[in-house]
Amino acid sequence: MLTQPSTSECVGGGTLVNDFSIEVATVNGSGSQTANTVLMRTIFQMGVPVTGKNLFPSNIAGLPTWFQIRANHRGYKARKAGIDLMICMNPETAKEDVAKVAPGTVLIYDEPLKLSDLRNDLAFCAVPFQKLVAASCPEPKLHKLVKNMVYVGVAAQMIGLDMDEVKRAIAKQLDGKQKAIDLNQAAVQAGFDWAQAEAPRQTRLRIERLDRTQGQIIIDGNTACALGAMFAGVTVVAWYPITPSSSVVEQLIDYSKEHRRDPETGRLNVAIVQMEDEIASAGVVVGAGWAGARAMTATSGPGISLMSEFIGLGYFAECPGVFVNVTRMGPSTGLPTRTSQGDVELCAKCSHGDTLHICLYPGTMEECFQFTYQAFDLAERFQTPVFVVSDLDLGMQNWASEPFAYPESRYDRGKVLDEAGLKAVVDWGRYKDVDGDGICYRTLPGTPGGKGAYFTRGTGHNPYALYSEKPDEFKATVDRLKRKFMTARDYVPKPLLTGPGVSRGILAYGSSDPAVAEARDILVEQHGKETDYLRVRALPFTPELEAFIEGHEVVYVVEQNRDGQMAGLIREFYPQWATKLRKVLHYDSTAITAQTVVDQINAFEA
Amino acid sequence: MTTSATAPVPTNQLGLTKQDYVGAKSTLCPGCGHDAITAQIIQAAWEMNLEPHRVAKLSGIGCSSKTPTYFMSQAWGFNSVHGRAAAVCTGAALANRSLLNIVASGDGDSMSIGMGQLVHMIRRNVPVVYIIEDNGVYGLTKGQFSATADVGSTLKHGDVNEIQPIDPCTLAMELGCGFVARSFSGNPKQLGTILKAALAYEGTALIDVISPCVTFNNHDSSTKSYKNAKDREIPLQELGFIPYYDHEEMELDAGQAMEVGLPDGSRLTFRSVGKDFDVTDRLKAMKEIHEAHARGEFLTGIFHIETGKPILHDYTHTVEEPLATIAQDKVKPGREVLEACMRELM
Ligand SMILES: Cc1ncc(C[n+]2csc(CCOP(=O)(O)OP(=O)(O)O)c2C)c(N)n1
Ligand code: SF4
Repeated sequence: MLTQPSTSECVGGGTLVNDFSIEVATVNGSGSQTANTVLMRTIFQMGVPVTGKNLFPSNIAGLPTWFQIRANHRGYKARKAGIDLMICMNPETAKEDVAKVAPGTVLIYDEPLKLSDLRNDLAFCAVPFQKLVAASCPEPKLHKLVKNMVYVGVAAQMIGLDMDEVKRAIAKQLDGKQKAIDLNQAAVQAGFDWAQAEAPRQTRLRIERLDRTQGQIIIDGNTACALGAMFAGVTVVAWYPITPSSSVVEQLIDYSKEHRRDPETGRLNVAIVQMEDEIASAGVVVGAGWAGARAMTATSGPGISLMSEFIGLGYFAECPGVFVNVTRMGPSTGLPTRTSQGDVELCAKCSHGDTLHICLYPGTMEECFQFTYQAFDLAERFQTPVFVVSDLDLGMQNWASEPFAYPESRYDRGKVLDEAGLKAVVDWGRYKDVDGDGICYRTLPGTPGGKGAYFTRGTGHNPYALYSEKPDEFKATVDRLKRKFMTARDYVPKPLLTGPGVSRGILAYGSSDPAVAEARDILVEQHGKETDYLRVRALPFTPELEAFIEGHEVVYVVEQNRDGQMAGLIREFYPQWATKLRKVLHYDSTAITAQTVVDQINAFEA
Repeated sequence: MTTSATAPVPTNQLGLTKQDYVGAKSTLCPGCGHDAITAQIIQAAWEMNLEPHRVAKLSGIGCSSKTPTYFMSQAWGFNSVHGRAAAVCTGAALANRSLLNIVASGDGDSMSIGMGQLVHMIRRNVPVVYIIEDNGVYGLTKGQFSATADVGSTLKHGDVNEIQPIDPCTLAMELGCGFVARSFSGNPKQLGTILKAALAYEGTALIDVISPCVTFNNHDSSTKSYKNAKDREIPLQELGFIPYYDHEEMELDAGQAMEVGLPDGSRLTFRSVGKDFDVTDRLKAMKEIHEAHARGEFLTGIFHIETGKPILHDYTHTVEEPLATIAQDKVKPGREVLEACMRELM
């Protein structure tokens, strides 16, 4: 039964319609993912913008895991710190879960946990899950599997979800497996019916139909990235599993089996090889890129560390390749299943010597798709490793998004000389800067004609690819590589600028975007502070970034790492504006919230 | 004055002279075993009519890894990073299966830092002629022991190796490598034949070549010095090679010789020297190699050959066409595919 909170303040929040958060505490490996996704998807189907974040441990089964759903009519997608509806299914964390919620929170829990004695300012709802499962599911060995679905039914009843939509979401989630669909629907119904009869109505949290998600998709960034690679015509993929990046290639494998087969022979036109480690994966990317493939790998920080020798070779010998880094929390093995933006510097300067890489920082699902697609063009145009720097929050969480637009562009294969092209060149040199943009012409191994061959090496070389230790030739090469890097300013995605044109600027990138967008509204609405916002989307920085800093008195750089790595890069490239930068940082391994941004900016201005 | 007519320079079936298979001038120490190997690579490539533009010659880092610079200037070379030629070669092979791959590596390169990559390259049966120029030391970093140094072998300045060596050949056989051979840079005839057979093979062909380092490891107390190698080498077979373009019938003495057909139509014949040695019996061959080693001898010749094994491209189930140059229209799914993917996610 639902015990109403006893203090007046705890119910004082008023009714929250289409604007609240749900957290479900379960056990890793208990199958709760499906139940949670159904809950999220139902809200989505009812037209209410919603995001879902799985806070999971680095463990296969048995440890606590939480799923946070945020419904927000205005479409805010960042993590919300507070919880309005808590569902406690895990005995191990129940006490902590109860302790952490605010007064007035509705708490659905498994009856045997007996949580109602712990506090008197919450709305407790004890549910006899075991009994309900037993009644709704004839097969005892399946009880464990469908138990989680019962809380979906209870929650659905309590917050006003449409049961037809719940059932539609189940069918979608279970993808046509009728027996599973029937069982799960029965379990949800059992929960719903029980709540209808036994749970006194709570009136605080409501989902009411809106029309803000029509035509949208729910996707995670890794899937978006896999799609981007597939449409970019990736031909060689070499990888080694690592959380949180593995699903990039796993999804790519699935999609490729369906969409990258030769219609006549049924054979694949992409080679995907699971390597023995990341060093080998990077070696394959470099070798395949050298030989003309559109090659990629996906990994996370520890993998990039291992790859760094090869990434330096790719940079210096000028071999294209796409390196997707789905960043997790470091240093070292750190928190493998938690998010951060801690690899900004690692990627920008990966390898020894003076090395600088083109990096793309997607901040939305569409950008995970587009930037991965574009990374292949950039890699081939600039004949260099290109990083797509995503993170766990983007990569593994569920996000609502507009569907992706079909990338119409023809692939940019860059300056490749074929046999005919070679013939026209009088004095071919692999590393001659013919056009003055730092980008040289290359040939692919296997090109006939007799004069295209050259020798690739990571040691010093002259414009004709001949070994050279001459100081002036070496300097000319590394200077040209810098020139080439700067040429990329005209090709990488430009930053996005929004704002009324005030003196206070915010600069952010990647997965910090939703928190910044929401924070800017809070700053105006609650603190009367207008801000302009520049979202950086690539390295090399483009002139817009310099203009933004120049044009603002102060620029808050928001990022999810300890040292302000992006701010550091900006300082390095624009030392003249260094004093204007203020670091707004979040690095406890959770995704950044809007309030974090607001609080730190206010603290600077106090 | 009489003018002597200059003899015409011989050409191969492509009309190329041997000089066309030569590379840059070697910068290795005069007398280095690696240069003798290079000479045989040039000879074999010329005889086998390799089209230079189709050859990818790759290596890691080390004196031995400089070898690709010294042959076939008209081929595509890649001197990558220490121990990692296997992965770069795997990448190149995946990108363009019409390339003919030759890797030149060292014992340090392949048996220490690059061991993992070599092992996995063999597992995947990447199409490549993989040559280990084995001198028992690190030449380029000036004379430290490598993982193939025999127990009891000494460094120039007296240090004695006490640790068991790794034998690339028995290792490769253990891993199921379909072409495993050992030779000696001082035995050019045998090496040349093995190289030709390896070029005619379809998967990973591993050749360990004892190649003395005259600067750091050529003293009497080194088991990989010229003198020691010459004294201790026991050739297993007299090898004969009939290239694919030659239809000559070889006269084989019954019971004494064995013939293996290679994928390109070439034929390899074995005439046992001394004892019988069955190149199809992997386990027995491994035993023989170990026993010879215990006696302080090293066997040379082809240890194992097995044709028709699945190779890298069978495992990736990829199309025949080189992926490097495949047309965009073939690899870019249409708008309707993206729309269908989007509908699934709605
Ligand atoms: C990552 C890395 N570690 C160490 C080195 C230094 N190094 C260069 S060559 C070499 C050993 C080469 O020995 P081997 O492969 O046996 O070839 P050799 O010179 O004897 O022919 C080493 C250790 C390097 N280049 N890279
Ligand atoms: S140091 Fe040894 S291995 Fe290196 S070139 Fe000289 S002789 Fe050859």
